[in-house]
Order: sequence, then C-alpha cells, then structure tokens
Amino acid sequence: MDLNYTDEEKAFRDEVRAFLDEKLPQEVRDKVRRGISLGKAGHDEWHRILNEKGWLAPNWPKEFGGAEWNAVQRHIFEEELAAAHAPRIVPFGLSMLGPVLQKFGSKEQQEYFLPRILSGEHWWCQGYSEPGAGSDLASLKTRAVREGDHYIVNGQKTWTTLGQYANWIFCLVRTDPDAKQQEGISFLLIDMDTPGIEVRPIILLDGEHEVNEVFFDDVKVPVENLVGEENKGWTYAKYLLTHERTNIAGVGFSQAGLDTVKRIARAESANGKPLIENPHFAARLAQVEIDLMAMATTNLRIVSGAAAGQAPGVESSMLKVKGTIIRQEINDLARRAVGPYAMPFASEAVEGDNDPIGPDYAGPVAAQYFNNRKLSIFGGSNEIQRGIIAKVKMGG
Amino acid sequence: MDFNLTEERQMLQDSLRRYLTDRYDTNVRNEILDSETGMSDRIWAELAELGVIGALFTEEQGGFGGKGFDIAVVFEELGRAGVVEPLLDTAILGGGLLARLGDDDQRALVEEVIGGSLHLALAHGEPAARFDLSRVETTAKADGEAILLNGRKAVVVNAEAAGYLIVSARESGGAFDRDGISLFLVPADAQGVTLRGYPMMSGGRAAEVTLDNVSVSSSARLGASGKGYSALEDVIGAANVALAAETMGAMQSATELTRDYLMTRKQFGRPIGTFQALAHRFSDLLIELEQARSAVINAAGHLESSDRDRQIAAARNLISRVGRLVAEESIQMHGGIAMTQEYELAHIAKRIVMADHRFGDADYHLERFIELGAA
Repeated sequence: MDLNYTDEEKAFRDEVRAFLDEKLPQEVRDKVRRGISLGKAGHDEWHRILNEKGWLAPNWPKEFGGAEWNAVQRHIFEEELAAAHAPRIVPFGLSMLGPVLQKFGSKEQQEYFLPRILSGEHWWCQGYSEPGAGSDLASLKTRAVREGDHYIVNGQKTWTTLGQYANWIFCLVRTDPDAKQQEGISFLLIDMDTPGIEVRPIILLDGEHEVNEVFFDDVKVPVENLVGEENKGWTYAKYLLTHERTNIAGVGFSQAGLDTVKRIARAESANGKPLIENPHFAARLAQVEIDLMAMATTNLRIVSGAAAGQAPGVESSMLKVKGTIIRQEINDLARRAVGPYAMPFASEAVEGDNDPIGPDYAGPVAAQYFNNRKLSIFGGSNEIQRGIIAKVKMGG
Repeated sequence: MDFNLTEERQMLQDSLRRYLTDRYDTNVRNEILDSETGMSDRIWAELAELGVIGALFTEEQGGFGGKGFDIAVVFEELGRAGVVEPLLDTAILGGGLLARLGDDDQRALVEEVIGGSLHLALAHGEPAARFDLSRVETTAKADGEAILLNGRKAVVVNAEAAGYLIVSARESGGAFDRDGISLFLVPADAQGVTLRGYPMMSGGRAAEVTLDNVSVSSSARLGASGKGYSALEDVIGAANVALAAETMGAMQSATELTRDYLMTRKQFGRPIGTFQALAHRFSDLLIELEQARSAVINAAGHLESSDRDRQIAAARNLISRVGRLVAEESIQMHGGIAMTQEYELAHIAKRIVMADHRFGDADYHLERFIELGAA
C-alpha cells in the first residue's frame, strides 16, 4: 500500500500541467469556468491543439494514433484538464466509437474512420436512446431492413447530445424483430447528410440546446457501414458503455467544482463575514469534501486495478452513482453560495460581451445545478446502476 | 381546532384553481416566459377581476382578506399552476408597504393595485446584502427641501413593470443597523433611476437598479424617517408565508405529475411505478409533502402572532429542504423528459428550487430559528 504517485507519474503530471499552461488559451479557460458554451468551433480548436500534441485520444493504441496511456496516466490527465478549466473532450468519437471500431470494426472501417475522428473531419453523435427505450435500451424499435447493398432505416432516436454539430451518427438498430430483444440489434454507422434524416432540437430546462431528436425516414445506409456482425450490436454496445464509463466518477470535475465553491464562499459574505466562515455552510462544504476525498481514493483503487489489467465491472456502477451524487451536491452548494444572484437567467447573464449581472461567478451556477440533474439520468440512470450492483453482488 | 377553510376562502381557492386550470396551461405559460415583459397583462387583469389581488389586503386596506390563510390559499394555487405574474412583488411587498405606512395619497394607490392597473417593486436588497434585511448602504441625504437617493439595488423583481419603486435608503446609522432605514416611494421614471433588466431562471423579470442623485421630496417618504425596518419585516414576513405556500403548491403539482408519469411510462414491459424502488421513493415524497403543508399552516396561522418570525423560519427551512427533495426526485423519477423546457415539471421544479434564493435559504432560516428560540 502506497498512497503516493510514483516519480514517473509525478513527472507526467508536471508535463501535462506545463502543456496546459502553454497551450490552453486563457479565454477558453474563462469561458469554461464561467459556463459559457464554446460552440462547435471552440471544441474543434481545442481538439486540434490536443491532436497536434498526440494527446487527443489518451485511451487509443499508438498504432491508431492514440497516446496509449495507462489508466493512472489517463486519470492524472483528466484531473489536470478539469483543474485548468479545459473544455471536456467530446467523447462520442474518441471514447465511445473509437474503441468499438478498434475491437470490432473492419480494417477498411478502421482506416477510413479513425483518422477522421482525430482530425475532426467527422463529428460523431450517439444514436442509442429512443422515446420508448431509455433505461430499457434493449426495447429499441428503430428498424433497419436489408435491401441489396443497403439497409433502409426508419425510426427515431432521442437525447442525441450535440447532434446539431455532428456529421455522423452511430446507431443501434433492430435488424431482427423476431429474435429475443438483445439478439436482434445491429450497430450501424450513418452519414448524417443522407437524405431522410432530420435533426430537431430539444431545449433543456436551463434554456440550452444541447440535445436533439433524430428522425430516420427511409434512410439508405450502405451495408459496409455495419460494424461487426448483423444482430450482434448489443455486444458492441455493452463494450462501448464500459469505455464510456472510464471517467465516470468525474473526480476531476468534482475537485474543480469544489474549488469554485470555495472561491465563491470566500467572496460572498453573510452577516458581515465571509460565507466560508459561516458554520452551516462550512459544514456542508466539509461534508462533501470528505465524501470526495474517499471517492477519489475508491476511483484510484479501481483505476490502478484497471491499469494492472483487471477489467472494472460492477465497480464502475458504484463510481457512477457516488460520483454523480457528489457532483450534484457540489452544484447545489455553488447555487446556495451565490444567494440572490442565482436568480438572473444564465444565458442572459453569461453570454455576449455584457458585464455579468452581479459577481462573475454567479451567472452559470443555477443553470449548472439544473443541467447536471442529467448526470444521474444519462449513461444508465443511477437506478439502473443500482440494479446492476444488486444483480451482480447478490448473485441473482 | 378547525382545519377547514372558511367558506369564503374555499370559494376563492375553487375559483382560482378553476381559472388557472382553464387559462394557465403549459403552452400559455411558455409563451409568457418567452415574452419581452415576462408576464401577461391579460392574465393580470383577469386575476384582479377575480378578486385575487383584493384577497391579499384586509378590509381596512380596501381588500377583503389579507390574513395569513388568505395569502396561503392564493399562493398555493399560484404555485400549483406555476404562475410567474408578480403578485408577491406588486401586492404583498409593494401594496403591503403602501397600505401599512402610506398617507392618504399614497394609500390611494392601493386601490389601483387591487384593480390591477398599477405594478410596484420593492427595491431593497443590495449587491452585498445577501439575505441580511438590515444591510442598507443606499443613502438618503437632505438637499435643501429635497432628499437625494444614491446607491445600488440588486435583483429587484418586477422593477421594469412597476409604476413606482419602493426604495429603502439609510438616513442614519451604520450599514447593518435596523434604525435609520427609511422607505421612499419613487416614480419609476424619476431622473437618476437606471434599470438593467433581465429574465429570471424561474420566470418573470428583475433588474439591477442604480440610483444616482435621485431627488425626491420628503412627502415621498413612507412612514417616519429612519423607521422603515419594522414594516419591511412585516411585509417580508407575509412574503415568506406566500413563498412557502407557493412552493408547497408547486410541490403538490410535481408529485401529481410524477405519479401520472410513474403509472403511464412503461419500461421492461410494465409501468415503472410498479418497481418497488420507485414506489417507496414516491411515498416518501408524499410523506414530506404533508410536512410541508403543515409547515405552511403553522406559518400562515401565526402571521399575526408574536411567534410569527420563529414559525416563518421553521416553515421556510422545512420547505427548502423538502422542496429540494421533491424537485430532484421528481426529475430523477421522470428521467430525461423532465429535463426539457417544454415539459410542465421543468418549470415547476425551477419555481421550487429558486424560491431558496429569495428572503433566505434553508441555512439562513435555520440560523434565524435558532436565534429566535434562544431569545
């Protein structure tokens, strides 16, 4: 047992920090810190900077242009990104589809798609959830029928994050309606420019356009865009989800969030004293910090197990539940900390060149509190995760 | 003991609920939220006509209610329907101060408020004041016959629609003293008054107000010089009862929407409400909702009593805690649909949570409760 990072790991952290100091533009940090949307161009630019350094795909093997870092390195990288208020790396192509193509894709698919993910030519989105298939994903109904060299796709996907920026979508589609639910699903890659696809925005409760509905009306997809075998899509989808969950605990986000709350609480005053000295607020803050310290270690225990080659199983479900509870608690504290100045509507308060209303940290906190209610809903809701934990641990 | 509403209040509740059910659905409200003024003049006029504003004033003040339970009945219904029109600001705060402190001319404006033709806003909170009611750094200084007001007021709800702002300003004492705070009735178009307006997270609009050498005559003062604090406590006490009742009404709607969703949404071949994990959590919400209802009754029933402030602190602390639980659990049990702006629950949840940011959150009211209990 040794709670210290090794010298190499420390050197790696220094290297990451130096890179961020040099290459992450101050205005981008400020935008992220203030919760201002970067837009497609902003994300593209950040991806380009990382790609130039060879750090855009930390989890990919070197042969595909990745950094091929181990889990501890990736963890350090994620922590430093969050602490520096770097934009999050958009995960759909890099963390989700990439690993699936590397494991199950054809050579042609690997050669065509992987470089285009890195270069930014392709922006991917995820076509999983449907209006009737959320937690019960395997009940999805979008149909793909083989006709000659094509599949004809009809149906609807929803909650498609940043689909408005995407030019490609990977979809779970039903290719055998007669098979048992999980056994009739295939994994298709679809060019969003194909006729018959319509993307409609969904405006979330914080006023932001982050997710979409995607409609498919007789969309022709070449059969070479099938990943792996027909009707084996569920296996690939599950593999993808284990990769989606590598940074599931969000320790870096929580640490950065906690720092922000402390900064706010030092600036705000209650009864003429800094809020951070208020015993009730201080107690709330301490409680969540204590939880985070333990969770960070749980995360490292699992991460170093993964670095040693043990596949995380039920532990990633545990991290998802605890990690999202802590992040949401921190969002709640930030909201409380700003008092009446949480009331102005965020997009009005933080967009454009207007001076912020009230202190500059106040603008995004209420919106972030509401927006991050999604954390315990998406990627397998916390109820689904608890079901998985119980099923595995109770031997049911 | 009698926990039934009087016949008059029951009628008020029934007619207001009927009206809002018919006229204030999600689509109507979403249009209002998107509008430039953040409220509907038509709805406002109809509420006045229905006697809803009059119900918030006593007979001596020109209304026909004005007691704690009248306020609670009205605001519970407004909360259920997620109404964003500023009854709290124009009637409870603004109208309440005019009715309590005004001379004959100033009190005459209460009639216009009850009739629906005049809006008011209380410009009291300041950028650094947080929830401290006595922290007033805006100054009022004699300048010959006139009085000059200087300072900044933060998150003044309904300022843009208001015909008059009621401005608190210090005539004597230090930044936190209760003595020395005066209230002034300032026409919204007075020279030196600048508004920077914006919409709010939970609907409606507010503004940052700058007072730059705003000159008023001494007849603009409401009540005696330096003695405004106690009236402020009175109307903010009433506003806290209103907010507690409104939040409780919104919680009622949140649980009803959640129940309907749990029993219609199917996953894994059955309504999700039939999963015990969700059914038990839903039951907890109902248990807590009854606590909230009782807390509102306690606060409303003590609005005119000597135990007022402690009861109000208790109610707002409890409702803040329970409100967060109800809002978050209702969203969670719905899933993604509750995250969308066009779904009713999104707005209702925002009304519940954002009430925390007016006149004190759970911690503030907990501290108040402890302080008042020790006194």
